Amino acid sequence: MTENLVTAAYIVAAVLFVLALAGLSKHESAKEGNSFGVAGMVIALVATIWLAVSRSGHGLLTLLLIAVAMAIGAAIGLWRARVVQMTQMPELVAMLHSFVGLAAVLVGYNSFLEPGEGATSGTIHLVEVFLGVFIGAVTFTGSIVAFLKLSARMRSAPLVLPARHWLNLLALVVSAALMAWFLTTQSMVPLVVMTVVALAFGWHLVASIGGGDMPVVISMLNSYSGWAAAAAGFMLGNDLLIVTGALVGSSGAILSYIMCKAMNRSFVSVIAGGFGQEVSTGEAKDYGEHRETVAADVAAMLQDVSSVVITPGYGMAVAQAQYPVAELTSRLRKKGVNVRFGIHPVAGRLPGHMNVLLAEAKVPYDIVLEMDEINGDLSDTDVVLVIGANDTVNPSAEEPGSPIAGMPVLEVWKARNVVVFKRSMAPGYAGVQNPLFYKENTQMLFGDAKERVEDIIKAL
Amino acid sequence: MRIGVPQESRPGETRVAATPKTVGQLVGLGYEVVLERGAGARAAFADESYAAAGALVVDGAEAWGSDVVLKVNAPSDEEIGRLRRGAVLASLLSPALDPGLVEKLTAAGVTALAMDAVPRISRAQSLDVLSSMANIGGYRAVIEAAHEFGSLFTGQVTAAGKVPPAKVLVVGAGVAGLAAIGTANSLGAIVRAFDARPEVGEQVESMGAEFLRIEVEDEGPSATGYAKEMGEDFNRKAAELYAEQAKDVDIIVTTALIPGKPAPRLLTAEMVASMKPGSVIVDLAAANGGNVEGAVADQLVTTDNGVKIIGYTDLPGRLPTQASQLFGTNLVNLVKLLTPGKDGQVVLDLDDVVQRGMTVCREGETLWPPPPVQVSAAPTAPGPAGDPAAAAGRAGAAVEPKPKRPGRKYLWMAVAAVVFAFAAAGSPAAFLGHFTVFALAVIVGFYVISNVAHALHTPLMSETNAISGIILVGGLLQIGSDNTVVAVIGFLATMVASINIFGGFAVTNRMLAMFRKD
Repeated sequence: MTENLVTAAYIVAAVLFVLALAGLSKHESAKEGNSFGVAGMVIALVATIWLAVSRSGHGLLTLLLIAVAMAIGAAIGLWRARVVQMTQMPELVAMLHSFVGLAAVLVGYNSFLEPGEGATSGTIHLVEVFLGVFIGAVTFTGSIVAFLKLSARMRSAPLVLPARHWLNLLALVVSAALMAWFLTTQSMVPLVVMTVVALAFGWHLVASIGGGDMPVVISMLNSYSGWAAAAAGFMLGNDLLIVTGALVGSSGAILSYIMCKAMNRSFVSVIAGGFGQEVSTGEAKDYGEHRETVAADVAAMLQDVSSVVITPGYGMAVAQAQYPVAELTSRLRKKGVNVRFGIHPVAGRLPGHMNVLLAEAKVPYDIVLEMDEINGDLSDTDVVLVIGANDTVNPSAEEPGSPIAGMPVLEVWKARNVVVFKRSMAPGYAGVQNPLFYKENTQMLFGDAKERVEDIIKAL
Repeated sequence: MRIGVPQESRPGETRVAATPKTVGQLVGLGYEVVLERGAGARAAFADESYAAAGALVVDGAEAWGSDVVLKVNAPSDEEIGRLRRGAVLASLLSPALDPGLVEKLTAAGVTALAMDAVPRISRAQSLDVLSSMANIGGYRAVIEAAHEFGSLFTGQVTAAGKVPPAKVLVVGAGVAGLAAIGTANSLGAIVRAFDARPEVGEQVESMGAEFLRIEVEDEGPSATGYAKEMGEDFNRKAAELYAEQAKDVDIIVTTALIPGKPAPRLLTAEMVASMKPGSVIVDLAAANGGNVEGAVADQLVTTDNGVKIIGYTDLPGRLPTQASQLFGTNLVNLVKLLTPGKDGQVVLDLDDVVQRGMTVCREGETLWPPPPVQVSAAPTAPGPAGDPAAAAGRAGAAVEPKPKRPGRKYLWMAVAAVVFAFAAAGSPAAFLGHFTVFALAVIVGFYVISNVAHALHTPLMSETNAISGIILVGGLLQIGSDNTVVAVIGFLATMVASINIFGGFAVTNRMLAMFRKD
């Protein structure tokens, strides 16, 4: 009876999770989707707690332990969720990924020490445990490194060890050998050794990827955290975990694919690391002089235009400029100027990062458009304000032979005027010089993006 | 150094090489600016405005005696005599068409920069007067046509009957052509355009005109001299197009010019005769012989059947105020390029392709013609056009960069299926049941996530974070174990996963609450 009820609850929860993800595909249904997710989680947890308590020899103590553990977790989770700055979302997401990885490792060890009811037996269970711990450990350290890089506690430049690809391969080969050992001896030793290897592997994997590739890395880790959950589901014979893990895993995989496509790079080349440092072309090429402007002139130009497109990048997040940008937007809109935003899929350090920042600053989402939606209109635009973006607006992506050739970009240079907010003339993450800065319809506005935008608002 | 702006001496010239605004910019670059009295009068710029902008209003001799002389037209022989030795002169010079002038300037010992010899590279566009003047000329061509045309450009339905819109054909979609298209379009006419370069079709359409295309037959790879024959076929087809359009349209603006050569003859007398009486043709190439048979430079000719052919060559000068402003700005950009220190000192850098390309002579040394400019670093030209293998190879490469082999894909799928079958054969039934669920969930996940809007990727990610906290279930079931180690580990797992669940849902909710619509 109990088992069947719990299974029924799991099925309902699984359906609710699918609905949650489906709901998140549109703005209108997104909140409802989140509620479905919460409902599914509550149902699943209530059923599981009931099952755990009824199975356990000392129910009350179990319940108490669960309550304490969850209370601590909830306190930390809710506190982080409340205080996190929207610009720090990438860090938070990376940190949450690491928790899933850690939990998967812990559950894997437990499942090895004490295979529960419903778990498959024999070799297959050992394989599941081994894989689950491996994926979990890679996710754990990988996410920690991503977190450290995103929060600037670690240099975001790729770590280049000699023969790094061989090191990665070696880690995989050693793990495979350890699995063979583990399966034959069923000893704890190979499992522990493998865990150490996997932790190092995850660390090195992400450490050798540069900061600008973080959107792909985060989605990839999201995917791994899903597979880790699915692997845990296999060990425990729990379909809900399998379904949820598979949903999350495929979701992360698709996001990684979208991000890679937006950078026109293969998944393997991102994961293997190293984009920026291999590029040295284009430095010697003379693009001529760039032209500087000042905030007052930009404000004067904005006085009599009818359409403005703003293309933000990671620089806007770094400078925390989203509030002044939103203020500028509403000022211009009150004057009847058609202001829109063009967001490149990999702008920022997290998929959708810019959208969240703009939403935080209360920019209505219907004027925030995707690259493909806005590109056609740019030639009819009076002014484009490029705020802290570089590679995503680089026209050399259209030149064959350029290191970023073929990457889809926002074609801002087609607009009548372009103002680039930038700290210096340094090239962007890809290390490619940006000919946009030297076009004669481009003017450079140097300095901190937030201060400059505030200057423009004052001048208006 | 002192910059002098003399009055233009060519009859009918209305433009001036500096406006009060550009004078201000020149002064800002560190120069002293003098202007011949009344130089801007015909462009509606008063001497007082120049003085207010920082220029000294002087007589002709003083303006001509400056260190740098900025002018619109090439100087006459008498004016060359007024230039100081060692002075710098920038103006239209047509060095390719007028070698005599180059000799005289060289003999006069001046440094001469031809504003009409700016290399056509993108960074030099800001000093390209040909573009800026062509833009104004294209605009004015349509205005002149509208002036001579006996009807409206725009279509209307009024109480007094229907007014049909004018049909305008623009031949040649360069700067002037595109400006003409835009102007005619904004006046309400139906605009069509043709250009021998099919790749400009997009620009034409972006200006609001219909781009006329001609189908050129594929002659097959065997013919020798492929390109030339295609050219003949092309010209014949184009002539057919003009003949057909001439009968239909009311206004034709031709802008076809080949640098350094007489203008190509596009419209024959028969085509002109086939046009409706009252139609207007504006030939922007009239100065170079004309695209239209019967066009006379600087004149308005009315044919026997009442078609007016306008051959004015001073179209930019008919908008003297704006033309002077643009010309002046081009000159300012040149002076900026020549004044790297912004200190009022001209430094001519002949290693710079732009400056080298424009410099006709320097202090007694003829530097014309300049070495050819590498406009782009494109790979060398492909092999001969008649080579069928090369052509086919290129076409193939363009269409399909990576040849797909569907057969191989299915083969891999089959191999994967067989491998899986063997693996599954040795697995317990329970595992296969779970695997079924897993496979289906992956597919469901794939389709559900594929539709997510880019803007929601971050909330999606934090939501999946929260959901993958479901791994908590594993911890919950282990926490009640009798084995203390297992219980402790289960406790930790539960705690960590709870952070995910609560944190993930809460932050998703917080983010979603921020998204709003106006």
